[in-house]
Amino acid sequence: MIPAQFDYAAPETLEDAIRVLSEGGPEAKLLAGGHSLLPLMKLRLATPSLLVDLRKVPGLHGVHRDNGTWRIGALTPHAELEHTAELGLVARAAGTIADPQVRNRGTIGGSLAHGDPASDLPAVMLVTEASVTLRGPDGQRTVAATELFRDYMETAVGTAEVLTEVRLGAMDAWGFGYQKFNRRSEDWAMVAVSALVKQTGDVCEDVRIGLTNMGSVPLRAHAVEEALRGQAISAESIAQAAEHADEGTDPPADLNASSEYKRHLARVLCRRALAEAAGLK
Amino acid sequence: MSAVAEAPYVGREMRRKEDPRMITGRGRYIDDIAVPGTLWIAIVRSTEAHARIISIDKSAATGRNDVVAVLTGEDLAGDFAAPMAMVWSPPGVEIKTPEYWPVARGEVKHVGDPVAVVVGRDRYSVIDAAEHVVVEYEPKPVVVDPEKALEDGSPLVWEQFGTNRTHEWKVSGGDIDAALADADVVIEQRMVNHRTAGGAIETRGVLADPNGDKITLHSSTQIPHILRFVLSLLLGIDEDNLRVVAPDVGGGFGSKLQVYPEEVIAVALAKRLNRPVKWIETRSEAMMATHHGRDQIDYITLAANSDGTLTGCRARVVADLGAYQLLLTPFIPELGFPVMGGCYKIPAIDLTFEGVFTNKFCTDAIRGAGRPEATYWIELMMDKLADKLGMDPLELRRKNFIRKEEFPFTTALGITYDSGDYEGTLDRLLERLDLEAFRREQEELRARGIYRGVGFSTYVEVCGLAPSRAVGPQGVGLQAAFWESAMVRVHPSGSATVFTGASPHGQGHDTSFAQIAADRLGIDPQRIQVIHGDTDQGPWGWGTYGSRTISVGGEAVARAAIRVQDKAKEICAALLEAAPEDIELVDGKYRVRGSPDKFKTMAEISGAAHIPPQELPTDIEPGLEATAMYDPENFVFPFGAHACVVDVDAETGKVSVVRYIAVDDCGPPINPMLIDGQVHGGITHAIGQALYEQVVYDDEGQLVTGTFVDYAMPTAAELPSFETDRTVTPSPVNSLGVKGVGEAGTIAATPAVTAAVLDALAPLGVAWIDMPLTPRRVWEAISEAQNGGAQA
Amino acid sequence: MSTTVAVRLNVNGAVHELEVEPRLLLVHALRDHLGLTGTHVGCDTSNCGACTIHLDGKAVKSCTVLAVQADGVPITTIEGLAPEGGLHPVQEAFWNDHALQCGFCTPGMIMAATALLTENPNPTEQEVRHGLEGNLCRCTGYHNIVKAVLDAANVKSASLEQHPEVTA
Repeated sequence: MIPAQFDYAAPETLEDAIRVLSEGGPEAKLLAGGHSLLPLMKLRLATPSLLVDLRKVPGLHGVHRDNGTWRIGALTPHAELEHTAELGLVARAAGTIADPQVRNRGTIGGSLAHGDPASDLPAVMLVTEASVTLRGPDGQRTVAATELFRDYMETAVGTAEVLTEVRLGAMDAWGFGYQKFNRRSEDWAMVAVSALVKQTGDVCEDVRIGLTNMGSVPLRAHAVEEALRGQAISAESIAQAAEHADEGTDPPADLNASSEYKRHLARVLCRRALAEAAGLK
Repeated sequence: MSAVAEAPYVGREMRRKEDPRMITGRGRYIDDIAVPGTLWIAIVRSTEAHARIISIDKSAATGRNDVVAVLTGEDLAGDFAAPMAMVWSPPGVEIKTPEYWPVARGEVKHVGDPVAVVVGRDRYSVIDAAEHVVVEYEPKPVVVDPEKALEDGSPLVWEQFGTNRTHEWKVSGGDIDAALADADVVIEQRMVNHRTAGGAIETRGVLADPNGDKITLHSSTQIPHILRFVLSLLLGIDEDNLRVVAPDVGGGFGSKLQVYPEEVIAVALAKRLNRPVKWIETRSEAMMATHHGRDQIDYITLAANSDGTLTGCRARVVADLGAYQLLLTPFIPELGFPVMGGCYKIPAIDLTFEGVFTNKFCTDAIRGAGRPEATYWIELMMDKLADKLGMDPLELRRKNFIRKEEFPFTTALGITYDSGDYEGTLDRLLERLDLEAFRREQEELRARGIYRGVGFSTYVEVCGLAPSRAVGPQGVGLQAAFWESAMVRVHPSGSATVFTGASPHGQGHDTSFAQIAADRLGIDPQRIQVIHGDTDQGPWGWGTYGSRTISVGGEAVARAAIRVQDKAKEICAALLEAAPEDIELVDGKYRVRGSPDKFKTMAEISGAAHIPPQELPTDIEPGLEATAMYDPENFVFPFGAHACVVDVDAETGKVSVVRYIAVDDCGPPINPMLIDGQVHGGITHAIGQALYEQVVYDDEGQLVTGTFVDYAMPTAAELPSFETDRTVTPSPVNSLGVKGVGEAGTIAATPAVTAAVLDALAPLGVAWIDMPLTPRRVWEAISEAQNGGAQA
Repeated sequence: MSTTVAVRLNVNGAVHELEVEPRLLLVHALRDHLGLTGTHVGCDTSNCGACTIHLDGKAVKSCTVLAVQADGVPITTIEGLAPEGGLHPVQEAFWNDHALQCGFCTPGMIMAATALLTENPNPTEQEVRHGLEGNLCRCTGYHNIVKAVLDAANVKSASLEQHPEVTA
């Protein structure tokens, strides 16, 4: 299949991009790597009137570290994240996205702005407590990941705003685990669980759990975190905490999984991700 | 003396002659062919599973730039001489066959049914225009489940028949009632063999190119000659005015063994518009409008004595045929019947096949076609019986195997298996798989929570369609024959061309047929080109499918080549003033027996055949070519023993194939490398069915698995490397001794995979799971077994 | 709506200037406009990988890239992988190891494999399998494809010098 017709602009500055996007109205869309948008357009599930291609806009690419903060340009492809091992959980999760070709084109900014709850990076942004920088006609604002994902494929990014950068704390002191469950390795997650654990000796000083594809938006499993925080880390304590992984979730059934099965998977994957993060396996 | 060279090319691992163009991007597939002035076709397809068409508004599409025509079923009514063809007419059985027009007239019967055709100037604009054809439907009741379709009061796919049952076909041998009554043990199982897709990576496509009264149809097909014949009937065009060309074909797996509406539409439009027209199927269209396979529910009963001796088998098959009858739709489930008894001596067999209409697309042949289903029943029933009797499943198999010395063996159904050594392949398999060590490892792993299992499949396959007298009008009633042709032509300078009626799509005929001909002609196979897939070149042939090509088409090549060799010997004898019977072919030389320095090469002989340097005997015609049409006396019956080892994550239900061992016997190999390749692909196709793939329609008849996102064919990352081995038991049916191997892996592997999963989960009390063994299904089965005790 | 735009496609070392609809997919620009039909289309959803090419040296699916997005970026297709008349070690290995049957997935598979070996010259079997997870093959069961890629890895370092990719 092929996309429906659209107008196209490839502005050379961010300011121009914002202006063109703004003038294009609600049916105008930004084009980054295109690996979320173009597949929908080819099936005509999305029919934007205008595509504003960011490829010529400078300064939106790359992974940089400023002291304790990672700054990731929106146009940084997943493959670059995957190969930046220092990113820890982000690198691990990025390496599981689809397949190598997709990872070479798909970008972190595109993925986050698309807001698909089955995508790998949104929940990772929740647990790393990342924020995104949005630039629009009225200037720049920073939105925390917790505020970014509003509903199924609906984000806080305004129709005339460009997501330019992702910032997240360097989680150097944290262990991480990422457990993605899918039928084939190139598939989206049926359920995925990301875990970050900060330990002092055997004690879980802090813990964060993210859930992918367990609802219309990525989720934090706060009940698990509360159950484990301050506890001694052991296979038993992790297993007990992980039993809370699906609390408060209402995952929709789909071709591959019932709601009940997804909830079960969340508990199992949470235990495994925690064990991985805590270095138990 | 053998008619075959002493240092044969047959049996060698030869790199394929077709590969250089394909690895450099110079293959020529249907969409690679460009004819100036071509118009493009897009099909407007039904979004309803069952509906009356109230109206079709073409105006918005017709008015668009670049649109040449928008045509409905009514508009095209005069362009088709006859409805789509179905060719099975079994004696004494009526098969309900509705009129099926290439573009719907009045009603649609499945999602994807063609409703209108848009013709325009380029690939993109016709897709745009098709979206502007507005079709108003009045929905009708939909039936999707074949067993519900058989219930009283079910919605009817075709009201005029008053039922959704298309036909019932029975075959039996021996006294099944007595067998069941007298048996010590009788076991029963309902099995679902679900709907799958062919999944060729190249979708279908057609390019119809008119030139005066003659139309050339390029089509991604497995059957160019059949296609031309059927198109001539459906369109009222004489065959001499139709040429069908199969270019490089990007996979078929049975899905291109068909005469499709789009092929008929393309030729009709080329004729109507007098312009070349092209249609390339999208993947989304392929999922809804390229025929599916399998889709049957089987009720199997197996009876035995307490010592394990099989006494009888009964099967009732409910086959979901979809909304229409295509070429072989109702026959495909029955195609498995000759091997219903598997490798075993079963004195009484009783089979009933029922076809059912539903509001889905048609099923038809997909790799294996009826035989994977039959093999699935019998192999898994053998495991269940062993369990019931407390016997080792392999011991039970050995006890009932037809023994090597009992061939040819005629089964209760009157089918004569040609040759076999079932113990031999199983023994070879067990040389590679130390079962005792495996069982020890399995115990240890279980103690650590890892559920590993092994499953076996000792299969026999029937293939090599022909023989025409068994499957044609005189036999089971296909209105077709299945001989194959070859024409071997040696050129004046000594190279050769082989024309075959077979039509490959990955099998490597260019190479294997050249090897067969080379030995018999005394020519290097690199100097032999194989031509196929063009009805204007070479003799009529029946195409490539059903693992028939090497044992029927290859044998035809061998026979034609021997005829050429015989003539070459006569010419050589005349040139050397010897007797023809004294000429022998050794190392590419036609030489006089006992005088090795007196010889002629094929180049010299062929030169003389075309431009005689001296007077040749008057009974020798000029030229050097021969044609053979070969219709075998019997099928061939390849067989083998496969083992699959899986790990099941009992917490999530995910199954991983960790090891797969295949020992197959397809007679003497022509090119062992190609055999391994066929086995690898066949196994993977079956692993795909067993674990990953399913065509799913929802209750409304909407296709849920409409793309490769949801129709989950395995990638390299899901699979292990395979271990393959062979034994060699020649078939007495043909001079090559060969049997087909294209479907062997697919036929063998689904029961091996399922059995491995069931073996892994036995300690958890899981007794049965229907394919596909998806994580969800496995998890649910485990949960049920754990919570509700062992299943029935 | 949708006027055409100018695009410079730098393919296998040759620059082509085209006027195209912005929606034109790169794969169709290569096939229909430049006649480079070795790059195939097998699905609608970026799953099958038959359309894999190298864009700036990286494997990408050209069915999910607009031609305009490739403006000025070096592109290598299967036709340009080896110098005319020669074979890249991966092509050679595919031939030797019977890593293709119908051949339709083959160009994409080879382009994915060559990119994989560029990033990881000595992969394990599992790394090869995961490196090819974006390419579907229905014929081979992947067995011989994986073998060919591993075999090519073994000979590649020796012969790569003679088979540089043709890029601008």
